[in-house]
Amino acid sequence: MRAWKFGNDVNTDLITPGRYTITTDKTKLGKIAFIEHRPEFAREVKAGDIIVAGENFGCGSSREHAPVAIKAAGVSAVLAKSFARIFFRNAINIGLPLFVCEEVDRIDDGDLVEINFETGQIRDKTKDMVLKAKPLPKFIQKIVEKGGLVNFLRSEGYV
Amino acid sequence: MGLTITEKILANASRKSEVASGDVVIADVDIVMAHDSTAPLAVEGLYKIGKKVFDPDKIVIVFDHFFPPPSVDAARLHQKVRNFVTEQKIPNFFTDGVCHQILVEKFVSPGNVIVGADSHTCTEGAVGAFSTGLGSTDIAGAMATGKCWFKIPESLKFNLSGSPEKGVYAKDVILNIIGQVGADGALYKAAEFTGDYVKNASVSSRLTLCNMAVEMGAKNGIIEADEKTRNFLGREGKIFESDKDAVYEDEYEIQVETIGPQVACPPTVDNVKPVTSVEGEKIDQAYIGTCTNGRSEDIEIATKILKGKRIAENVRLLVIPASTKIYLDTFGKGYLQEIIKSGGIICNPGCGPCVGRHEGVLAEGETCISTQNRNFSGRMGHPKAEIYLASPATVAASALAGEIVDPRGYV
Repeated sequence: MRAWKFGNDVNTDLITPGRYTITTDKTKLGKIAFIEHRPEFAREVKAGDIIVAGENFGCGSSREHAPVAIKAAGVSAVLAKSFARIFFRNAINIGLPLFVCEEVDRIDDGDLVEINFETGQIRDKTKDMVLKAKPLPKFIQKIVEKGGLVNFLRSEGYV
Repeated sequence: MGLTITEKILANASRKSEVASGDVVIADVDIVMAHDSTAPLAVEGLYKIGKKVFDPDKIVIVFDHFFPPPSVDAARLHQKVRNFVTEQKIPNFFTDGVCHQILVEKFVSPGNVIVGADSHTCTEGAVGAFSTGLGSTDIAGAMATGKCWFKIPESLKFNLSGSPEKGVYAKDVILNIIGQVGADGALYKAAEFTGDYVKNASVSSRLTLCNMAVEMGAKNGIIEADEKTRNFLGREGKIFESDKDAVYEDEYEIQVETIGPQVACPPTVDNVKPVTSVEGEKIDQAYIGTCTNGRSEDIEIATKILKGKRIAENVRLLVIPASTKIYLDTFGKGYLQEIIKSGGIICNPGCGPCVGRHEGVLAEGETCISTQNRNFSGRMGHPKAEIYLASPATVAASALAGEIVDPRGYV
């Protein structure tokens, strides 16, 4: 799957500018992901593609439209050195897989990358190298395993 | 081992005698807030959960991001949330101010746990509460259960001492701090502000400090409540203090008299410079308002600079009180009339153009200086518009000059 490479501190205004988020329609949101920051993204992204970014991905607003747009655009996972905390929770809550990996600088834009969602093993097929993601904290893994917060709350008997 | 305020509040809310950073706790929440931009997805989340809200009295819904609605799509979202408010019998529904200001004026008490579907929910920590921003699904979960999970954050201590020179305000102090630590310098952490500067500061200035904690990645900003806080709120609450032997991951000593007027230059909040280094930068718009600096104290500072003068011809000056209470207060004191006479425009209380949806959207190539908290590309309109962040004094003085100026010559 193609890697789409981004830098540090990619904020939610770059992912989904406020002027475009007066909707909850997932299809519409999928079309506006990075609309001004990287206009070719939503046009060319293919189902299963991966976002690879630096530190503090998703900083800024709490708008859940940002991970929703990324997921709706077809992205299968986001790989970054670190995530801003609200974006991190939002992505986990809506079932967009995230992986934290210190070595993402070794991946280039356009590389073909495969992630084993079970083990966190990242294979860059273009460079024939293998990287490893840090495992998520146990409590968060449980939410991921249930496919997001709503199912987690149900399965744990909170609702 | 001692505990911080944040640890004590979260331990209390999760009925534990002690907690340590890294623990995951499930805490009871006192207030769950969402606004017109985030409530629609939260409402959908709650419908998916299939439950009613756990306690309608503890839910607060505020229309502030685009109110009155500037488009059919916006009106449709408002309609959806209004229906939800009616159907769930939520009594706390407001359209007359920025959500954080409304919460502080009407609901928050020291010691509370507050979750809001807005990243600047860290603002309310200024009155000694644990208050943090979440996304819509988390808020839907909190609306349904009255609970939320938190990882106990490590704490950073910012010890602020001394008195600022004339023309320097809380906004300059917090911009300076963000410039020092960077956009992820406090990632996942509690930012605790303390020291004699904080003790002496007004609650309004303390709110400005905590408001921008998220701009360095913090989970919450927090200031120990005191009598000043209780008088401001008109509510007692429960005051928690950090123990003398509380554990901090890092401590910063900041002498505020060494800080001059600051600006955060485009396109990131941590790109902070002394105002003197960008003097002469031409501006098209000047905006005083928002949850950062839309309180009476801020409007008073601006009025004193603007009174009896006329803003530059090439500038549109927008002043937006953060709530109706502030609107009436500043109107009663004659401030707004002076601002109007100087050429300013007053809009209804709310977020104004901070999120680029109405009331002062920027064109390509335009420059705005604003008291808001974010200057990202595309935030207030065209991605090639530029936003500088500064104090109300710097913004007001710049509106007169038509370019960015050092406010010390104007106060």
